[in-house]
This record gives sequence, C-alpha cells and structure tokens, in this order.
Amino acid sequence: MDGSEFVPLTLPPMVIALLAALSCAGPGNFLILRRQAMLGDAMSHVVLPGIVAAFLLSGSASPPILLAGALAAAALSAALIEAIRRLGGTDPGAAMGITFTAMFAAGVLMLELSGAASVHLDVEHALYGNLEGLIWLDATGWASLLDIAALGGLPPELPALALVAGLILATLRIFHRPLAIATFDEGFATSLGIPTRLLSAGLVALTALAAVAAFSAVGSILTIAMLICPPATARLLTDDLGRQIRLSLGLAALAAVAGTVAAGYLPLFLGLSFTVSASGMIATVSGLGLALAATLSPRRHGHGQRG
Amino acid sequence: MTDVTPLARSTTPAEFAAPEAVLTLTGMTVAYAAAPAIEDVTARFAKGAMTAIIGPNGAGKSTLLKATLGLLPTVSGKVEAFGLPLARALPRIAYVPQRASVDWDFPARVLDVVLMGLYRQTGALGRIGKAETARATECLSRVGMEAFADRQIGALSGGQQQRVFLARALAQGADLYLLDEPFAGVDAATESAIITVLKSLRDEGRSIIAVHHDLATVPAYFDRVLLLNRRLVAEGTVATTFRQALVAQTYGAALPGTIPA
Ligand SMILES: Nc1ncnc2c1ncn2[C@@H]1O[C@H](COP(=O)(O)OP(=O)(O)OP(=O)(O)O)[C@@H](O)[C@H]1O
Ligand SMILES: [Mg+2]
Repeated sequence: MDGSEFVPLTLPPMVIALLAALSCAGPGNFLILRRQAMLGDAMSHVVLPGIVAAFLLSGSASPPILLAGALAAAALSAALIEAIRRLGGTDPGAAMGITFTAMFAAGVLMLELSGAASVHLDVEHALYGNLEGLIWLDATGWASLLDIAALGGLPPELPALALVAGLILATLRIFHRPLAIATFDEGFATSLGIPTRLLSAGLVALTALAAVAAFSAVGSILTIAMLICPPATARLLTDDLGRQIRLSLGLAALAAVAGTVAAGYLPLFLGLSFTVSASGMIATVSGLGLALAATLSPRRHGHGQRG
Repeated sequence: MTDVTPLARSTTPAEFAAPEAVLTLTGMTVAYAAAPAIEDVTARFAKGAMTAIIGPNGAGKSTLLKATLGLLPTVSGKVEAFGLPLARALPRIAYVPQRASVDWDFPARVLDVVLMGLYRQTGALGRIGKAETARATECLSRVGMEAFADRQIGALSGGQQQRVFLARALAQGADLYLLDEPFAGVDAATESAIITVLKSLRDEGRSIIAVHHDLATVPAYFDRVLLLNRRLVAEGTVATTFRQALVAQTYGAALPGTIPA
C-alpha cells in the first residue's frame, strides 16, 4: 500500500480508534456481567461537562488536563447518583438517568455559551468525535514510523490513549481474579477479604477513564457502542470469562480497524462523492457484529443489559 | 436464653453443658431502613456442633449471617470467632450464601467456581496450577459432582448448584461454616448428600451453622438450635430448646404436632 497518504491520514485515526476500542472493551466486560451497561452510558455522557469545564478553567486542551476534568466529573456524577439514590429513594437506574442527562445538558450548554465552541471544542465533535481530524502531518510515508522527529508530530491524543489503554488493560489483568469473584458473588467475595466496594469504585474509575479515551475518538454518544458491543458480542460466543475478555478485545480491534478503513475507502470504492463518519462506521460495524452473534449464537438466551 | 442444663440428655460431645464457643455475637443490631431487621442479638455458637438457625420468613436469619461476616453494616454489636475479632478470624470461616443470590448465567465452569474457594491460598495474583485444580476436583468429588467439573454453571439443576457452593466452601478448608438455607429447593438425594458432608465436617471437629426451614428434620440433622425472630428467642441443644412452646413463640403461631412439648 502506498504510505504517503495512508500513514498521515488514515493510520493515526485507525490506531487511536483501536486504542480507544481496547480501553472500552476491557471494563465493558464487567459492566455487562454486573448489569451495569447503564453506568457506561452515564460515564460516557458526564465526560462532556468535565472536559468543557477543564478547558474553560485552564484554557488548555491538552489531553492530561481534559482527562483530569473528565475524571472529576465522573467522580462528581458517582457521588450525585449515590446521593439521589439515598435521599430520593429512587432506584439506581433512575438516579443514573437523572444525573447523566442533567450533566450532559450542562456540558452542551457550557459549550454553546462559552467561547469553547469556536476555539477547540465544538458540539458536533463532542457528540460524534473527531477521528478524521486526528492526522499526522509530519508523516510522509511508512519510513516516518522510524523517524524520531516526525514521530514528535503525532497527534497528542495517540500517546495519551496508548498510556490509558495500557493502564486499563494492565489493571484488569492484575485484578482479574478478585474482580471476577466479586462480580459473580459479592457476599462470598467480601467473606474472602476481597475489598468489593473498592473494586466497584475502581471499575467505575476505569470505565470513566475508558469513556474519556473514547470521547476524543468517537464522541460521547457512540462511546457506549465501544463499551458494550464487543463484550456483549463476545458473551454470546463463549461461556468462559477469560476467553470472553480476549474475544471482546479482538472484536473491538477488528471493529476499529474495519470501521476506519471502511469510512475512508468504502465511499470512494463505491464511487460516491460524500464521506462517512469513521466513528459512526465503527459503531455500525460493532452493532452488526452483535446482531450477527445474537442471530447465529447457539446460546442467545437473555443476556440483556438490565440497567 | 435457654441453656443446657445438667439434666439434659447428653449423647454427643456437642451436648455437654456450657460448650466452648466458636462464635460469639454480642448486642448485634442491624437495620436496613428505620426498623431493625435484627435487634440486640447476643448468642454463643458451640464449637464442634451443628447449629440450626430457625425462624419464620423475614425473621432476620440471612441478615444475622451476613452481619456476622461483616457483609452488612451493623448499628451496634460485636463479633468474635475463635476468640479473635472478626477480621482476624475471617480466613477460618466459609460462607455459603443463598443459592438464589448469584447470577448463574455468569460465564464460568463448575471447576472455576470451586477454585474461587482457594482464593485465600492463591492470592489475588496467584496462578491456578495443577495442585489447585486437583484440590478443587477433590472437593467436587466429596459432594458427588466430579463428573460436572467442566459443565457451564448455568446448565446445572438447583440441587447441583447447591452442591457446587458446598464444594467451594470445602475448598476453603475452613473451621467454621455458615450456610444460608443449604437445603432450599433440593431433592432428597442431594439433601442427604449435603448432610453427610456437613456431618463429616462436624466429626472432624469443625463447626456448622446453617439457616434451616424444615422443622421436621431438625432433630435428625442438628445438635443445637438458635430460635430467632428479629430478637433471639432461645439457644440450646435440640433436646432442651427445640420445644413446642419455644418454637411456637418464635413463629408466633401454633405448629404441626411433630415437635416435642
Ligand atoms: N436488602 C434489604 N433491604 C431492605 N430490607 C431488607 C433487605 N434484606 C432484608 N430486608 C428485610 O430485613 C428483614 C430480615 O430479612 P432476612 O432476609 O434476614 O430474613 P430471613 O429470616 O433470612 O428470611 P427468609 O426465611 O425469607 O430467607 C425482612 O423484613 C426483610 O424484608
Ligand atoms: Mg434468608
């Protein structure tokens, strides 16, 4: 393949989408088993006000600062959800629904009313992501991958996401056993001395981190597709937790790569003049995979995500 | 509190007067909402005995077990096991929750669930090797489930699920077993398989505490009973405490005439 166009324009979005997809699919496995898919949805939405607030307060759009804002918003939302649940006596699903729609709306408002929209963030990117914009102008071809100077010009999202993906997957690997036991049988896990509350909070934190990671790639609305589709698909294909997680990572990677390639080349190939959103394509590929698994899997009985 | 009197018939070690306590609860009060689910329960559970916790639905039996294990916050109360505070005694205690409390659709095989019982030995990072697998398999064969080791847990009957839970507790190698309704929804064969295992544990000197609903089998299965209805009604040997008047008081109603007056 000719690298002069692929390497600067298609490769960076593809790798970023891949890292975001891996970051999301990992914790997503435990979310679906804990019937907490809704939590992923909540986290992917509260990320927006956090990012906007961090940008407005610091005036900088550098990934670490936005990440800190998003994590702060995630922590705030977790506290709000708990408070509404306790004080209002509502069920967790309703408390999450109230919290994340309100915070998301606040984020959109902040974007619209402040100058942030014109400077670096805008609503459309917040909703649908900005994969196509994450290009590597210093690259001239495949050789640039070995060129230190050119590598310095990579979109800053890429190294940040690599770090996040590594952190999330390593954490899940290390805490796999206690997390699995606590997910299956919380009372028993506590009696084994496993800090189940801490693990639950850790899972929320990882989910928030993954949501932030995916935010820059696919936007907040489609993040839920990255969190839930690959694990839900994998769940339909195997009855072994370890295999389910590995499979979900493979499916996530496949959807990210196939989605970016399809968005970049499919319209061209079909002789169409318009372009297709890469994040939308990734979500579509993920959704198709899930639909296919649900239709063909021998074990398609209800693994619904109840709230 | 009714306790063992010197006149009590004593045929097994568990029925000697003033038995050594394996577990002591002092002034336990637990509340989910405003009204306490259990209130000011003070009780001693005898070492090396099989004790049934008996009481009507909603009496707080499951709550008592969970609070004992520190799974629920308590309003007040103290737990001591083996003469140690709970946190230090916990490694020697195995808990078998109510079967319905978990999602049996979880992606795991029977062997994986039993291996969970070895968590304290292997630790969070420990690898599961041949020795662990052999130990888990041995526990499965003790409950007659070795043929099901590779079976998906969602594809088990209720009685088989209960046996798997018991095998997981066996893998822990504990000295005190707390079981919540181990006989709920199991057939006669499974019930006798489970009671055989529990009695063999008792005969090895371990202590068993089980929430139990079938009053008819209490004398055959258990050495001692604890009668609970939000508050402690009585605790003692089956001979002295499993009596018509006390049980009726616990259930707040007259009961079928199978219980000695
Ligand atoms: N998670 C909970 N939240 C609120 N109330 C609860 C909860 N669990 C139990 N309760 C209440 O506490 C009381 C004691 O419940 P518990 O489950 O301990 O009873 P039990 O004796 O085990 O009953 P059963 O024989 O039906 O298993 C009941 O009135 C119950 O409604
Ligand atoms: Mg109960």
